[in-house]
Amino acid sequence: MNDPRTLALIVGVLALLSIVTAVGQFLRRHPDRGLDPAAVRSFNSRIRGWWIMCTVLAAAFWLGTTATVVLFGLVSFWALREFITLTPTRLGDHRALFWVFFAFTPAHYVLVSYNRYDIYSVFLPLYGTLFVLARVAIAGDSKRFLERTAKIQAGLVVCVYCLSFAAALLQLPVATPPSAEAPLPGTANFRLLFFLILLVQFADCMQYVWSRMIGRRLVAASVSSNRTWEGLLGSAVSTSLLASVLWWAAPPYQPWEAALAGFVISLMGFAGGMTMSAIKRDRGVTDYGTLVTGHGGVLDRIDSTCFAAPVFYHITLLVTDVAVL
Amino acid sequence: MLSPADPHLTTRPPAPVKGSSRSAVCHAAGLTLAAIARVLSGASVRWISSQPDTCQRVYFSNHTSHLDALLIWSSLPRVVRERTRPVAAKDYWSRGAVRRWLAEKVFDALLIDRTDIKVHQSPVDLMLREIGDTKSLIVFPEGSRSVNGEIGEFKSGLYYLAKKRPELELVPVHVDNLNRVLPRGEFLPVPMLSCITFGPPLWLEQQEPKVDFLARARRAVMALKES
Repeated sequence: MNDPRTLALIVGVLALLSIVTAVGQFLRRHPDRGLDPAAVRSFNSRIRGWWIMCTVLAAAFWLGTTATVVLFGLVSFWALREFITLTPTRLGDHRALFWVFFAFTPAHYVLVSYNRYDIYSVFLPLYGTLFVLARVAIAGDSKRFLERTAKIQAGLVVCVYCLSFAAALLQLPVATPPSAEAPLPGTANFRLLFFLILLVQFADCMQYVWSRMIGRRLVAASVSSNRTWEGLLGSAVSTSLLASVLWWAAPPYQPWEAALAGFVISLMGFAGGMTMSAIKRDRGVTDYGTLVTGHGGVLDRIDSTCFAAPVFYHITLLVTDVAVL
Repeated sequence: MLSPADPHLTTRPPAPVKGSSRSAVCHAAGLTLAAIARVLSGASVRWISSQPDTCQRVYFSNHTSHLDALLIWSSLPRVVRERTRPVAAKDYWSRGAVRRWLAEKVFDALLIDRTDIKVHQSPVDLMLREIGDTKSLIVFPEGSRSVNGEIGEFKSGLYYLAKKRPELELVPVHVDNLNRVLPRGEFLPVPMLSCITFGPPLWLEQQEPKVDFLARARRAVMALKES
């Protein structure tokens, strides 16, 4: 807390959030401005999501690294729940799914919390995959076998494996000399995590804004009706600008490296959004929240983060120039 | 739609529940199990054109999982829950000490012998005798759990309940996705998200044939799936 850079980041974000909240409330109270009320509603619900995100992150920050890893584990669990609920499964997948939820997901996060990069970096993609294949085969239902196992694997990788890299940022030895045995998860690591989330959210918004302003060419009309090439490019440029301005917040980064990271985060966020749109379109729902009424739709909020987190983690590794193993 | 034959039924203050035979331990076990089931199944509860009420009702639902009764029971407000008894199959729920304890002491279930239905001891008479004029029931008119998630034909018990006590409110309930949480023949749950929907009450119309009534009741449950 007494670190001036962390303080600056917190004050800046709070100020920004207050401003957009005020704007959102103003638009809600004045429906005569000629704006689409549905767009205003979705804008306001997004702002609410940001407040929740900030509050939860602040609480995790205050409670420490383990609490944050647990928090991300719970988010992963819930996202996987939404993913699998949306995916048609057969009775033969039931037992594989049980172990995926109650053994593989927690085990992965335990490995993350113990900073065992050597194991957790292959645990789900390798052993998770082998287990799902074998367990579904043993269940004795061979109908559309590869399709069914692929769905479970995709859920595991996107919702659990990818997202856990955001939590793993807290384990990176960024603030201490590379020689240090144990990384000190200090405020610097939390700033790194915050940097990632801030840029992902910013890139999402910029994609929307640029698409609305100058968007002409849709990337894939049958997957998403509002993601354009102009939006993608505009967002990539504005996100790298913001990242280069905020480079001081992310410990090992130089301005040009931060700009590069921002660029890649924006692209990956776009990829995540497109992927989830494709899945949703295939299942004929508009968002994961309406899938089962009354649930918030965690997956809608974290799809971009899931894709951006591992890439940002590895870019940070390269920039820091240390080996985690 | 007809209103209840006895209009003061819905407006009178709830009568106090008679000295319950359930001990504090059983009560706590019920609350705990209900909470666990709610968390595991991520159940969201909706009331569509319908309100929780302490008046005497028969909740009739599609049947897809052993968790159905538990979840419907736990999604009712506490004051309603305390006067609502699930109807369950005796051949399943009286096997083994744990099941019997759960059914009889924790959920205060009304066990029906599916294998031994006699004319002079029909399950409907038994149910009506057990609920008196304060309790409500949770029934599954399909009789057994469906295998593929489709809603099967309704058995006639619901019709006879309505015929003998026409003032009972029959509330359709739809349970969605629970068959994937705990399918038939499995004992380990997968925490998928599910949804429980309560619909507007219906009553047996005058002179309504049995087949028509049962089809209408079944449609009422199916309509909740779409809404």
